[in-house]
Amino acid sequence: MPRELISLPQRVESLSVLGPDGTLDRALEPQVEESDLLRLYKTMLTSRRLDERCLMLQRQGRLGTYGPSRGQEAASLGVAYVLRKDDWLVPSFRETAALLWRGWPISTWLLYWGGYEAGNVVPPGINDLPACVPIASQCQYGMGIAWGCKLRGQQRVCATFCGDGGTSEGDFHEALNFAGVYHLPFIMVVQNNQWAISIPRSCQTAATTIAQKAVAYGFDGLQVDGNDLLAMIVATREAVEKARTGGGPTLIEAVTYRLGVHTTADDPKKYRKEEEVKLWEQRDPLPRFENYLRQRKLLTDKGKEVIEEQIAAELDEHVRKYEQYQLDPLEFFDHMYAEPTPDLRRQREELRCYLESKKSAAATSPARV
Amino acid sequence: MAQLTMVKALNLAMAEAMREDPNVLVLGQDVGRDEGVFRVTEGLLREFGPDRCIDTPLAEAAIVGAGIGLAFTGFRPICEIQFDGFSFQAFHQIENHVRRFRHRTRGRYTCPLVIRMPYGGGIRAVEHHSEAPEATYAHLVGLKVVIPSGPRNARALLRAAIFDPDPVIFFEPKAVYRAVREEVPDLPETMPLGKGVVARPGKNITLITYGAMLRPTLEAAEELADGYDLEAEVLDLLSVAPLDSELINASVRKTGRAVVIHEAPRHCGVGAEIVARIVEDSLLYLEAPVKRVTGYDTIIPYFSNELTYLPDAGRIVRAALETVRF
Repeated sequence: MPRELISLPQRVESLSVLGPDGTLDRALEPQVEESDLLRLYKTMLTSRRLDERCLMLQRQGRLGTYGPSRGQEAASLGVAYVLRKDDWLVPSFRETAALLWRGWPISTWLLYWGGYEAGNVVPPGINDLPACVPIASQCQYGMGIAWGCKLRGQQRVCATFCGDGGTSEGDFHEALNFAGVYHLPFIMVVQNNQWAISIPRSCQTAATTIAQKAVAYGFDGLQVDGNDLLAMIVATREAVEKARTGGGPTLIEAVTYRLGVHTTADDPKKYRKEEEVKLWEQRDPLPRFENYLRQRKLLTDKGKEVIEEQIAAELDEHVRKYEQYQLDPLEFFDHMYAEPTPDLRRQREELRCYLESKKSAAATSPARV
Repeated sequence: MAQLTMVKALNLAMAEAMREDPNVLVLGQDVGRDEGVFRVTEGLLREFGPDRCIDTPLAEAAIVGAGIGLAFTGFRPICEIQFDGFSFQAFHQIENHVRRFRHRTRGRYTCPLVIRMPYGGGIRAVEHHSEAPEATYAHLVGLKVVIPSGPRNARALLRAAIFDPDPVIFFEPKAVYRAVREEVPDLPETMPLGKGVVARPGKNITLITYGAMLRPTLEAAEELADGYDLEAEVLDLLSVAPLDSELINASVRKTGRAVVIHEAPRHCGVGAEIVARIVEDSLLYLEAPVKRVTGYDTIIPYFSNELTYLPDAGRIVRAALETVRF
């Protein structure tokens, strides 16, 4: 037998449940409590409105550079919905909807993008990590967390996110390789939003799918319509169930689209066509899920209006809280080590004296013209 | 009391810690069945099993990155990087995450890892196996950087590093690994991180060093005493981050003269930081400029010529005499 096809035990499949045109695959439709469906909708909408508010605040100089997740709300939310509270969620930085579902206060999210370390303070009772900026580096500690859960026999899982650009990083591959070797309860979710700033998915990898990369590491990959919240729930339930019962990792490729800018410092007109954005707007996860709720008679115009009002009030409240945050200018000296070193104590004191002297100089000398 | 090499002493420190605390585990390349390329992890797989002495695939960033995640779930991982020169393949995990998590999460998540690696030249190794990158890591605030000089302090410092709440880069001088044996007490002992010791008291000049350079520095001190009637005080820093400024300045104020010795290149080396601290705190006590005896600002030569590059007692004596005769 000099040459024959090697058959691999791993599978790569694609999954969608609720199509962009509202077509529903009833056989695949997940069982979700009606009250949960409405809460999921509210979370998606909150994420969308929060994005819009952040873009506005950024333009007004009230927030720093902001990375919106417009169009990707379903991809992260479906995963967060399936996780248990004691499972781990390791985000990249476009998982706003997931973090809102997990219970991160909106004001904390605002503090992060507003340039305060306080924005990374994980709410008590949640096993989540804060946003991760160095691309795909979070895959490694996400994998390590899954490993820790396994070694402790906890039956917890760790879901970790990165983008399509992240799949080119070594960290992504090293983490998947370890996850495969040690058979870890690890769920790697790639939000394939088609663009890594200006580089399209087709230039990121020559592979037909991102999901197939799992095969090289010895486990299954699943390509999911990431704009289909129901499909994301089905896929994650499967992966979580498998991971919790010792079945090892799964790679989920959530096919979605970054409808907005990479960040507020980016101008996508420079590298992508408006028609492409228009096309993907028709696949927007939010109206798709909204229509599903309307068809199930769970949402009416009036109901939506009430939800919109609630969200606007919540956002106002959190923006107020964020803008009232009192920064201690010396707090950045804290938490370098469990105990501050003599050098840090000295440097902190040096800066404190300088700030004091500036303050008293300003108080005693006449204003400069 | 047993006479141990540094390899055996480090092994003892890990075994003791693993016996005491089930959260301590070791992971790295060839640390299990092969017991480490230098045999520092000898017997750990046998005693603690494959879940606590873990042979990993070949990926430094994943060894450290997994260590971070394991720490978040309550473990105290000891990550072994096979050689100093390969630590840079994990550098981004150390820079971006290991040293930052405590700070960026305001104390919620911490990384009490020990990242151990064989360090420095002098054992006729192939290229990328003889680096002295301590200044690179010492510059990464948030880390502690420890370099023992002998079997006894290696065992005590590794124990301290394992149970320290902060991440520690632990450099093990290869040239010392099997070169000397030392009495090591039966019961575990510990030494504070960030504190140096006086390895030899003296009053005429301070010789400041660490790691494998302690031995040539002590030889030089001997020669200065025998041949020149000079009593050199030798400081063994043991940690280069945090740096024991107090010890350094107290000695320099006493002697008025100092030479710093390390095998890493001179430019932006730890010696530069030491000199800066002496100038800042003790300038008016100085009788002469502070000298540095270091590796040169080149790549360390391949092993046929590495001894030309590494400081020896002769260079140290010459620098000390120039300082005394200034």
